Amino acid sequence: MTVDFIFDLLNQFLPGFSGNGFLLLFAMLIPCLILFGFIAVYALVVIYAELKVSSFIQDKVGPMGQGFGFHAGKWGLLQPVADALKLLTKEDIIPGSANRVLFIMAPFMIFIGAFVSFVAIPFGESIIVADLNIGIFYILGVGSLAVIALILAGWSSNNKWSLYGAMRSAAQIVSYEIPAGISLITVIIITGSLNMQEIIAYQQGGIFNWILFDNPFIPVAFVIYFISALAETNRTPFDLPESESELVAGFVTEYSGMRYAFFFLSEYANMFVVSAVAATGFLGGWQSPISGYLDSPGWSVFWMMSKIAFLIFIMIWIRWTVPRLRVDQLMNVCWKVFLPIGLINIFGVAIWTVLLGS
Amino acid sequence: MADMVFWCIAALTVISAAFVVLNNQLLYAAIGLLFTLFGVAGLYVFLWADFIAGVQLLVYIGGILVLIIFGIMLTNQISSVRLSQTNVQQGVGAVVVTWLFIFLSMVISKTPWLIRPALEPESTTAGVGTLLLTRYLLPFEVISVLLLGALIGAAVLSREGN
Repeated sequence: MTVDFIFDLLNQFLPGFSGNGFLLLFAMLIPCLILFGFIAVYALVVIYAELKVSSFIQDKVGPMGQGFGFHAGKWGLLQPVADALKLLTKEDIIPGSANRVLFIMAPFMIFIGAFVSFVAIPFGESIIVADLNIGIFYILGVGSLAVIALILAGWSSNNKWSLYGAMRSAAQIVSYEIPAGISLITVIIITGSLNMQEIIAYQQGGIFNWILFDNPFIPVAFVIYFISALAETNRTPFDLPESESELVAGFVTEYSGMRYAFFFLSEYANMFVVSAVAATGFLGGWQSPISGYLDSPGWSVFWMMSKIAFLIFIMIWIRWTVPRLRVDQLMNVCWKVFLPIGLINIFGVAIWTVLLGS
Repeated sequence: MADMVFWCIAALTVISAAFVVLNNQLLYAAIGLLFTLFGVAGLYVFLWADFIAGVQLLVYIGGILVLIIFGIMLTNQISSVRLSQTNVQQGVGAVVVTWLFIFLSMVISKTPWLIRPALEPESTTAGVGTLLLTRYLLPFEVISVLLLGALIGAAVLSREGN
């Protein structure tokens, strides 16, 4: 565990305070600060990826620049930095008729909801901030904090578009939590553990030991999880809460500057979290796809990151390919398709695991 | 250190619970309830009941509190209505509260509290699962059937034409 490791290091370097409770507090704060920095840098990278991938899909070149001057850098590499600076320097507007306290609180709450999930994500063989016994369940649980933040953002803006967006988003997230949870239960049946590192350890020994290929029911569960994850992160084709053509920008209509950036940041952070859960639960986490090939602790970070990056790429790909769903289609898919299939899946996986062992 | 964290969480729970009761704006009370439920989840963690803490987050904050806030927001003029926080039947209320206070104090002082050593258990989830499907199977199934009945009932009541 990283916290214990940092605590030991601090104890060595600061012998005067050794064993002090505040040292333990620092040992917990340091990895959280590192995670915060990681999210900020990751957001810049993924914004660039989104700009470029979307452009290539639409047969454009996307942000471009010549050399390292002040026009978005080589290949437009500085575009996300320019975007971040623009957001930082924008005027912070709070509508006069908005509920000030809740309006200010909502962006922070939504970011906290995304941020605390990172604590339980295994970045590598021994790189995890808190190796919780209930890891995967914890991530599902804290994810629900975002719903409350979204509703507050929509309501406190005192704008009809915001409120519509918030209502849609809350209904959507609450509904899609169920198929997402149900498809993860199949993983838990197979591994017999909620601990992220134990789930990954179960999938040791090459690509065919990954849970995705464990039995014929799991690929279905993976597809259900991935689509539900898209819906939970409000990504297209499930971006009804912020559908530009109907609701201006949904629950973020009245937000500007850094408060808007926090909503943006937490959407990208949530994409990372759901991809990490999918990679952990179905794609072997930090395990190498070929047994014994590049599976040192250092490379484990590489494998985890490439699996997450691949899933995020698919999310971006889907976003710029598939049109938006209607509200009734959204709910039909969730309750009439995913839920029954997911329940049959649990039944199938349970029988398979009991009869054929694991 | 652990004591300090415990007192912080306990204070958060109690103060936000008081806020829920004393505030006369419904929506602010619901936000206060969010912190109360969080504090309770924290207290569960202190009892090494990590699974229950997760359930607390998922069910109470992600489910019930969202429903409550939804319900409040769909009611008309929520910010302008000031609900009275004072009770009309103060005499009866005082009697009930005094009786409840004495009763709870007696329960707290008379119960032989079991003090467990603060050792981290291996995993509580397996134990909870085994108990639910062996010793407490009947209550577990009864509650499941009850919830299913409530679910079907809600669906029937909210159908068009009712």
